[in-house]
Amino acid sequence: MAAHLSYGRVNLNVLREAVRRELREFLDKCAGSKAIVWDEYLTGPFGLIAQYSLLKEHEVEKMFTLKGSRLPAADVKNIIFFVRPRLELMDIIAENVLSEDRRGPARDFHILFVPRRSLLCEQRLKDLGVLGSFIHREEYSLDLIPFDGDLLSMESEGAFKECYLESDQTSLYHAAKGLMTLQALYGTIPQIFGKGECARQVANMMIRMKREFTGSQNSVFPVFDNLLLLDRNVDLLTPLATQLTYEGLIDEIYGIQNSYVKLPPEKFAPRKQGDGGKDLPTEAKKLQLNSAEELYAEIRDKNFNAVGSVLSKKAKVISAAFEERHNAKTVGEIKQFVSQLPHMQAARGSLANHTSIAELIKDVTTSEDFFDKLTVEQEFMSGIDTDKVNGYIEDCIAQKHSLIKVLRLVCLQSVCNSGLKQKVLDYYKREAKRLVLQTYGYEHILTLHNLEKAGLLKPQLGGRNNYPTIRKTLRLWMDDVNEQNPTDISYVYSGYAPLSVRLAQLLSRPGWRSIEEVLRILPGPHFEERQPLPTGLQKKRQPGENRVTLIFFLGGVTFAEVAALRFLSQLEDGGTEYVIATTKLMNGATWIESLMEKPV
Amino acid sequence: LQMNRTKVDEEEYWNSSKFKAFTFDDEDDELSQLKESKRAVNSLRDFVDDDDDDDLERVSWTGEPVGSISWSIKETAGNSGLNHEGREQLKSRNSFSSYAQLPKPTSTYSLSNFFRGRTRLGSFQSLSDALSDTPAKSYAPELGRPKGEFRDYSNDWSPSDTVRRLRKGKVCSLERFRSLQDKLQLLEEAVSMHDGNVITAVLIFLKRTLSKEVLFRELEVRQVALRHLIHFLKEIGDQKLLLDLFRFLDRTEEFALSHYREHLSIQDPEKRKEFLKTCIGLPFSVEDSAHIQDHYTLLERQIIIEANDRHLEAAGQTEIFRKHPRKASILNMPLVTTLFYSCFYHYTEPEGTFSSPVNLKKTFKIPDKQYVLTALAARAKLRAWHDVDALFTTKNWLGYTKKRAPIGFHRVVEILHKNSAPVQILQEYVNLVEDVDTKLNLATKFKCHDVVIDTCRDLKDRQQLLAYRSKVDKGSAEEEKIDAILSSTQIRWKN
Repeated sequence: MAAHLSYGRVNLNVLREAVRRELREFLDKCAGSKAIVWDEYLTGPFGLIAQYSLLKEHEVEKMFTLKGSRLPAADVKNIIFFVRPRLELMDIIAENVLSEDRRGPARDFHILFVPRRSLLCEQRLKDLGVLGSFIHREEYSLDLIPFDGDLLSMESEGAFKECYLESDQTSLYHAAKGLMTLQALYGTIPQIFGKGECARQVANMMIRMKREFTGSQNSVFPVFDNLLLLDRNVDLLTPLATQLTYEGLIDEIYGIQNSYVKLPPEKFAPRKQGDGGKDLPTEAKKLQLNSAEELYAEIRDKNFNAVGSVLSKKAKVISAAFEERHNAKTVGEIKQFVSQLPHMQAARGSLANHTSIAELIKDVTTSEDFFDKLTVEQEFMSGIDTDKVNGYIEDCIAQKHSLIKVLRLVCLQSVCNSGLKQKVLDYYKREAKRLVLQTYGYEHILTLHNLEKAGLLKPQLGGRNNYPTIRKTLRLWMDDVNEQNPTDISYVYSGYAPLSVRLAQLLSRPGWRSIEEVLRILPGPHFEERQPLPTGLQKKRQPGENRVTLIFFLGGVTFAEVAALRFLSQLEDGGTEYVIATTKLMNGATWIESLMEKPV
Repeated sequence: LQMNRTKVDEEEYWNSSKFKAFTFDDEDDELSQLKESKRAVNSLRDFVDDDDDDDLERVSWTGEPVGSISWSIKETAGNSGLNHEGREQLKSRNSFSSYAQLPKPTSTYSLSNFFRGRTRLGSFQSLSDALSDTPAKSYAPELGRPKGEFRDYSNDWSPSDTVRRLRKGKVCSLERFRSLQDKLQLLEEAVSMHDGNVITAVLIFLKRTLSKEVLFRELEVRQVALRHLIHFLKEIGDQKLLLDLFRFLDRTEEFALSHYREHLSIQDPEKRKEFLKTCIGLPFSVEDSAHIQDHYTLLERQIIIEANDRHLEAAGQTEIFRKHPRKASILNMPLVTTLFYSCFYHYTEPEGTFSSPVNLKKTFKIPDKQYVLTALAARAKLRAWHDVDALFTTKNWLGYTKKRAPIGFHRVVEILHKNSAPVQILQEYVNLVEDVDTKLNLATKFKCHDVVIDTCRDLKDRQQLLAYRSKVDKGSAEEEKIDAILSSTQIRWKN
């Protein structure tokens, strides 16, 4: 069971149970034996709320991945498609259904749209002549998925692109719906703060939805004190920088998906004596990363430079614990030692894994290449040479480093200069753009246009660079940073304090009124709304009791930002604990990638 | 904050507090505590060597946790493969299946109740059915209900009621809204809900019932709805209407880009080429126009080269293809990759052929630097050191030869090393590096002993030479050379 979800200040297992319940209800509607055909993308997120055993209990006997042509043979009464509402998937479903009709006994078809039925999709099914074949066409609002005791994500990879490039606000609508669900389970949130255009819209939708449901008064005692809605485009800078926390680096280098990471297997080979190193596994090692693992919970949010010493201390502790066996003389003592063995072995396994991961990461972080990149990033973020053409970026293109890396750096320069200075922009638009297109492919004309549209690459307006003002007022660059025993959130980027988290921190103390000027420079409106509570539900906070703030990142959040918020939650005199929600857990690479145009 | 990227003072760099360089705390014993922790862990392995790996993890070796959904797909989909018994065994290992014994949550609250309001059963007819006015057959078991309850729309739903009902996925006819004013109000309601699905539903209705001119004119002042329409038209691939719309809005560049994007979904190279041809002349920006033209020309070239080389390779008469069979087709590769390919397989061809590197360089105005870099990498990979040499040799008007590298010889050395060039070759180019510090660094890094020794001698740096002596093999020629220099009385050492 997902016990780690209930460790936090807010028990997120309640949410998980609620969505599982809805899933069971749907499955029971389709009476009899079933096969589920999965949109592969969904298996990851679903894995976080249910295991196969739950489905099996409700007579799911087979599961397939959605593929063209025929469905594999399955002797079941119901075939259920679990899909995202995407047109291309509808074409495949139609193909499946049509080729199925011609053989074998008739079965019942159903579709479960996640998270939402779509008009366009149903229209497409109709055009393909299969809409009538489906008995149940329903939606499953898996809006917010609990990832950890303090972390929720919609895992909607296209959310940023849809909101900022296509002005499609569907994902905002889902965010609002997810927030309504949370309020239904955890009580009305009395105060809503927000910054950014999308934040404003989500707040509007919530207020509107609340008005529509006035029939049922929410009688749940509120768990959250505040909601803070933040637009990703208020802080385009943070995700572009390389995250330097342990979890952030694992994500940067190997990519964490639905809390799993795939790692090169060599370092994890079971080393048994007499094995002679044969049979090295060739398939990636997959590990789940969450706070259910004690050691991981302890090191995930640390700056990577502080991880080594923790691991080595742990190793000593565990060694000592195992040494205890020599001291166990009496039967009772031996028994006690043995009873602790499983826990010790688990700790040992965990330590072995993280030592290996840390070694893998260290290989990268100590490379010249990583160092050079970090130097340029830090120059930009601290305001050095952001108004000049950067030679390193040029070199990266010449040496055909990954396009994502190149674009991340160019965008970082643009963002750290409030847009590129005209002569730099001219250079990038002519020379650099030609180099990029010649090196990576002409289709990236589209990618570059997307970046411009998203505001990641732009000319400086009115020749004014606002970034230094923002940096100084919000203290975004800290010269003396303590990576081992941090005193400020800037440790997560070894000097740079994530703007988004700084905004949250200042909101909780001393309040945004102190930074009005900067808030006006940052894009989009900032606002405050109150949702009145009946007197019976009003909270009387005990002295010293922390407030709980739900912070929702619209357009994605990085692990480093999550780490910074956890750091604030743990501060003794912090006064606020955070639960974090987002449209997508992301990093600079996955973010830029979502904005790139690639051949289908 | 002085950021010196030449790594001369690397030590200082790592340890200076200004730089957030990445090392484990070096002050601690030796390099890494990781090693220590690894050692500890390994020694523990010997002690408790349970052959059942860790109790913690229940994962199949591919890493999927046993019992997870993605694991189960593989398990349940394949009838063959694993025998039944084995599967059961694996399944019983599932540590997560215990959830079933857990009591159901005490709350009777259901999410679906919350969002679907009072209509617990939902509607099984789609929005589109309602829109197109052709009631589709519904197979829902709940059809037993009186028809009135099922299609419970009345004729006096206001636009806002209608939109609200659409949002809940209920049947609602839009046909009753006949006046332009009603239709626009409907649209505005939908937009204020921010529900893309409903906005699109209304837009489809408007698109069908309004003339193009009116639709465009009204959307021009309703930006959100407009963007939804554009998105919708792109999605369904209605290029014609999209073009009309962009023309009306005077946003022709956007149209050009949107049209160009289509090529990404065309697999067949000939068809893709023909499609790219239709993009030339579209209203792109001046720079983009040139790029689009280049894109077309490049694919056109690639098709010719590909056909030719595939033939040559199959015939088996050409040495280069026999020795180095092609790994992939050159179609749709970027220009620089194509240039590399051409430098690899067609280096000596006369400028007149489509596949010759020089021809590519001229046609696409590839900058000198890029050309040299690519040619160098290709020739070095083939270990064609003569070609490498020629690449940097220039003759002046007196006929003297001189070595010149537009990319800097330090870069040349790096590339040669990456392609495992022999020391003699490396040495030659290390010597050409102008900056003495860089030269010394590279020479040390790549073990070009002679260069290091000669440079130290030229710098009259006795200390450094002494230090280097400890790095070369005992009794080697290098050591002898160093000793000879150190004992020379001709040199006036600076230290």
